[in-house]
Amino acid sequence: MIVFLQQLINGLSVGAVYALIALGYTMVYGILRFINFAHSDVFMVGAFCGFYFGRWETGHSLAGGLLVMVMAMAVCALLGIIIERLAYRPLRGSSNLAVLITAIGVSLFLENAGQLVFGADPKPFPPLIPERNFTSPAGLTISSNQLLVFAVTGVLLIALQWIVMRTKIGTAMRAVAFNHQAAALMGINVDLIVSFTFGLGSALAAAGGILYGLNYPSIDPYMGVLPGLKAFVAAVLGGIGNIPGAALGGLLLGLIETFVKGSRLSTYSDAIAFAVLILILLFRPAGLLGKFQVEKV
Amino acid sequence: MANRVKRILEAWPKLLLLAALLASLGFWLASGRINPYFMDILIKIGINVILAVSLNLINGYTGQFSLGHAGFMAVGAYAAAAVTMFPGPKILAMAPASLLAPATAVFFLAALLAGGLAAALAGLLVGAPSLRLKGDYLAIMTLGFGEIIRVIFRNIDSLGGALGLNGIPAYTNIFWVLAAAAVCIYAVLTLVHSTYGRGFLAVRDDEVAAEAMGLNTTRYKIIAFVVGAFFAGVAGGLYGHYTLSIDPKGFDFMRSIEIVVMVILGGMGNTAGVIAAAILLTLLPEFLRSFDQYRMIIYSLLLIILMLTRPQGLFAWKRTAKPAAQP
Repeated sequence: MIVFLQQLINGLSVGAVYALIALGYTMVYGILRFINFAHSDVFMVGAFCGFYFGRWETGHSLAGGLLVMVMAMAVCALLGIIIERLAYRPLRGSSNLAVLITAIGVSLFLENAGQLVFGADPKPFPPLIPERNFTSPAGLTISSNQLLVFAVTGVLLIALQWIVMRTKIGTAMRAVAFNHQAAALMGINVDLIVSFTFGLGSALAAAGGILYGLNYPSIDPYMGVLPGLKAFVAAVLGGIGNIPGAALGGLLLGLIETFVKGSRLSTYSDAIAFAVLILILLFRPAGLLGKFQVEKV
Repeated sequence: MANRVKRILEAWPKLLLLAALLASLGFWLASGRINPYFMDILIKIGINVILAVSLNLINGYTGQFSLGHAGFMAVGAYAAAAVTMFPGPKILAMAPASLLAPATAVFFLAALLAGGLAAALAGLLVGAPSLRLKGDYLAIMTLGFGEIIRVIFRNIDSLGGALGLNGIPAYTNIFWVLAAAAVCIYAVLTLVHSTYGRGFLAVRDDEVAAEAMGLNTTRYKIIAFVVGAFFAGVAGGLYGHYTLSIDPKGFDFMRSIEIVVMVILGGMGNTAGVIAAAILLTLLPEFLRSFDQYRMIIYSLLLIILMLTRPQGLFAWKRTAKPAAQP
C-alpha cells in the first residue's frame, strides 16, 4: 500500500510536468490546428534558462527559486512569440504540411543551436529551492521539489483556466479557436491572439522545463524530445484543443508510465505512452474530454 | 529521333528498368576505379532515394501522412541481418566453393526480400488499424508505431538489444543499391500510372468522392502502406549490410523526419522531384562538412527558409492548379 501511494505521488509529479507541456500543444492546436513540434525545444530552453539564472541565485530560497522560474517563463514566452512571428505566421493559410515541416525545422534549429550555445554534454541542474524530504510515520516520502511541482502546476492551471474562461483576451482566444474569420469580423485581432497563445504556452513549457530539471539529475539540448512527444500524447489523450483535457491526460500518462516503470515491463516504459496513444486513437479519437465531431462533406 | 526514343521508352518502361539495371551492373564493374568517397556517397544517395520514393507512394500519391518510415526500415534491416547472420553461414557452407560468389548474391537477394516482406507485414499491421484516422492524427499514430518498433528491438536480446547488432556481413555494393533503387522507382511509377493505380490519386484528391465512385479506399491505403513499407524494408536491409552494425537508435523519429523532408521538398507525389531532393539532402551535409559545428544549424535554417519561400516543394515544376473551392 505504501509502495502504491509512493508510486502515485511520483507518478503525479511526472504527470504534472507532462501536463504543463501538453497545455502548450493543446492551445496551439486549438487555435491553429497544427502540431508545434518546436514546443518541446522551448521546454528545453526553459530548463537552460533555469540553469543559467539559477547560478545567480545562490541563496536557494523559495522566493529566489520562484523568481528564476518567472524570469525563465518570460524569456520563453518571448521566444515562443518570436518563433510564431518569424516561422509560422508567413505560412498561415498554406498547407498543414508546410507548417509541420517548418515546425520540425525550428525544432532542429533550437536543438542544434542549443548544442552550440549550451554545449552537448549533460549538465547538472542547480538546486533552486531548499531541498528537504518529508517522511510520514508510515514511510511515505515526498521531497520539497515534488511539493513545488504540485504547487506550481496547480497555481498555473488555475491561472490558465481563469485567463481562458474569465478574461477578455481568453474569450477572444476561444473565439479564434472556434472560427478565425468570424472572430476577425467581430473585431478581434487574430494575430495578437495567436501571439498571446504562443507566449502563454511557451511560458508554461518553461515552467515545466525547470520543474523537470529539479526532479531529474541533468539537462541537455535534446532533453525535450521524449517528454515533448509524451506531452503531445497526453494532449491527444485528454482531447486535443481541450485545456482541462491536457492536464488530465498529462497526469494520467505520468501515472501509467510510473506504474509501468515499477513493474516487470520497465524497459518498455518509453513505448507505453505510444501504446496508450494508439489505443485512445482507435477507440476514442476525440480524446477523453474531447467532443466527437462528425465530418461534413 | 530523340522523340522516337522517348516514345519507345514510354511505351516500354521495362526497357528503362533494364537499362537502369545494366547501368548499375556497369557501375559495379567500374567501382574499383571510382573514388571510394564518391562511392560511399552514391550508396547513401541510393538508399535515401529508395526510402524517399517509397514514402512518396504513401505520403505523396495516396495522401496519407506517415511519420514512421524509419520504423519499417528498422524491421527490414533487422530481418535481413538476422537472415544473413544466423542461418546464413550454414547455408552458404553447403554451396560449392566455385559457386560461392553467385550463391552469396542469390542468398543476399533472398535476405533483402525477407527484410522487405517483414517490413511489409509491419506495414499491414500499422496500416490496417490506422486507416480510421486522418491527417495529423495518422501522422502521430505512425510516429507512435515507429517508436514502439524501436523500443521492441531494444528489448530483444538475441538481436543485440540496446547495443545493436554487430558483425553483419558486408554484402551491399553499388550494384544492389542502384538496382534496388531502379526497381523501387519502376514499381512505384508503374503502380501509380496504371489504371488500377489512379485510385491512389483519387484517394488523395478527395477520399469521399473516391468512395462515392465505388473505390475501395481502405484497400488502396493498405496497399500503399504495404508497398511503401516493403521498399523501406529493402532499404533497411541494404543499409544494415553496408554499415555492418545497426542499433535501434539509428532508426529513431529523426530518421523518419529526414525522409519526410525529402518527400516534401521534392514536392508531394512528384517522383522526379523527390529523387532530386533525396540526392540534394544527402549531399548537403557533405558540402557542409567543413563547417562541421554549424552543419545542422545551417541544415535546419535552410529547411525553414525553403518552406517559407516554396511551401509547395522545391522541385514542383509541373503543378496543375486546383479549381477553386465552391463556397
